[in-house]
Amino acid sequence: MKKGFLVAALFALASFTVAHAAQPRVAVTAIVDHSALDAVRKGVSDELAADGYVLGKSLQLEYQSAQGNPGIAAQIARKFVGDRPNVIVAVATPSAQAVVAATREIPVVFSAVTDPVAAKLVRSWEASGTNVTGVSDLSPLNKHLDLIKQVAPTAKRIGVVYSPGEANSVVLVDALKKAAGAVGLTVVESAAARTVDVPSAAQSLVGRVDVLYAPTDNNVTSAFEGLAKVADQARLPIVAADTDMVRRGATAALGLNYYDLGRQTGKLVVRILQGEAPGKMPTEVSQTLELVVNQSAARRQGATLSPELIKTAKKVFD
Amino acid sequence: MSLIAILGALEVGLIFGLVALGVHLSFRIINFADLTVDASFPLGGAVAATLIVLGWNPFAATAIAFASGALSGWITGWLNVRLKILQLLAGILVMISLYSVNLRIMGKPNVALISEPTVFSMLAIEGIPEYVLKPLILLVVALAAKLVLDFYFASEAGLAMRATGSNPRMARSQGISTDRHTLIGLALSNGLVALAGALFAQSQGGADVSMGIGTIVIGLAAVIVGETLLPSRSLAVATLACLLGASLYRFFIALALNIDFIGLKAQDLNLVTAVLVGLALLMPAYRQKIRKARLRRPQPSKESANA
Repeated sequence: MKKGFLVAALFALASFTVAHAAQPRVAVTAIVDHSALDAVRKGVSDELAADGYVLGKSLQLEYQSAQGNPGIAAQIARKFVGDRPNVIVAVATPSAQAVVAATREIPVVFSAVTDPVAAKLVRSWEASGTNVTGVSDLSPLNKHLDLIKQVAPTAKRIGVVYSPGEANSVVLVDALKKAAGAVGLTVVESAAARTVDVPSAAQSLVGRVDVLYAPTDNNVTSAFEGLAKVADQARLPIVAADTDMVRRGATAALGLNYYDLGRQTGKLVVRILQGEAPGKMPTEVSQTLELVVNQSAARRQGATLSPELIKTAKKVFD
Repeated sequence: MSLIAILGALEVGLIFGLVALGVHLSFRIINFADLTVDASFPLGGAVAATLIVLGWNPFAATAIAFASGALSGWITGWLNVRLKILQLLAGILVMISLYSVNLRIMGKPNVALISEPTVFSMLAIEGIPEYVLKPLILLVVALAAKLVLDFYFASEAGLAMRATGSNPRMARSQGISTDRHTLIGLALSNGLVALAGALFAQSQGGADVSMGIGTIVIGLAAVIVGETLLPSRSLAVATLACLLGASLYRFFIALALNIDFIGLKAQDLNLVTAVLVGLALLMPAYRQKIRKARLRRPQPSKESANA
């Protein structure tokens, strides 16, 4: 066994990173892999490519996933800091915190963090003056409430499934309650601590709500099909915050497309690569909002989509 | 691999070395399959981070975190020895309930400690970079915990605890209260794990309610890797093996993050961990086979000597 370890260690030593020429290097990490966070990552690399960087030739792009494990997130942060890339992109709160705690020098661009101020990545939404900037995925809740009223005009009670252990989601649900109260709607929450809890959490809302709202939540995103199934059976329309969920069976979404969020993140990366200081770049929120509707999901979930709504939609699924 | 990455692996490894000491104590010494650690780790982080944000001294906050972990282990033990709930179930019950408790303590899923004082920032020495200082401090903490445990295991109370784990019937006939020692053992074990959680939160920028996922598996892996590398009947060596195993495990992860050879990527880590632990588990049986083969042949042939 000892011999085996030695051989493995030698192999590893022999294959240590060969020093690359002075190409700019961008290192990306995310706390976990799922469709929304993967879309962010793809957006970042596509944006870099669109700006003339040839991946692997004129730019080194590395990606590491922490697989939901904070110990690995910490080690990825250390590895990146030790490698000294030009920019570190950190997707979602725990990964961003690990990276920001590990360096005060290397530029850090966070992405898909709902409340970067509460997460103490930056002191305010203004330019930070530090090595940190990024893009928040804070949902435009008032617009989402408008959409809920259009999809389900008689609805009074909004059901929302979310993970109580996710900082982003708790921020969102609190904000949603306030915003809904202001327009005369009530929010009924149901917590799903794990992805497998999503269907039962949705089930518990049946009969107590008139419409479902799917937030940008890691558990809900991972187990969205489970939510959609319950919605179909109970004929509850789902209005989602992430447009990709419409493809997966929500009636409508005004989003926050995570791919575009990634492109926007990539633009910040490019500006830093071109010499701009991250400390002078304020935190951004999603610039593009697009309406996407799904007619067959609407039929299954008992919603009638008005012709005007369908007309303004950027994408219509049948 | 850069120096920062290696020292980072050592830093995380030593923190999980404390977890391994706790897991060794419950699984090996008192023979209790305790799953509470998946929640006592974030509990320690939650308590320490919340108190620090409230303005407490980081050392006091860390001490309270240790005590909170000890309390959670004590509850698991109480469910088992008083209410006769199965070991695994008692641990699981406390684990899932602590998830809600941790959320209550923090008031939200994530408490950041980016610019707050920590035990590390309070011990900072001018001129020594943070990435060198943190593993140094943790080395002292981990070795101190190891020595305290060694000392305890050699004391009368410690010997009674060991008897509780290895032969409860004999222990009881000697007048040892096995219930009491199970409770103390679990409290001490989870206290250590919570201490690790508190230090992790302070070194990694904050506590997150999800930070406990897989703690038990990593702790066990560290214990098993350590036992395989340093097999010994001496407890002082066994506790050292825990620290070594945890650090080595983290070093392997750092390697896996750095190498592209044989196409391994970070997402294969869980599989690599399972294979590693599996191999380590096979080792004792393999060794025994060799020993038997040698016994059969008084003059060991060249072949078996090489094996």
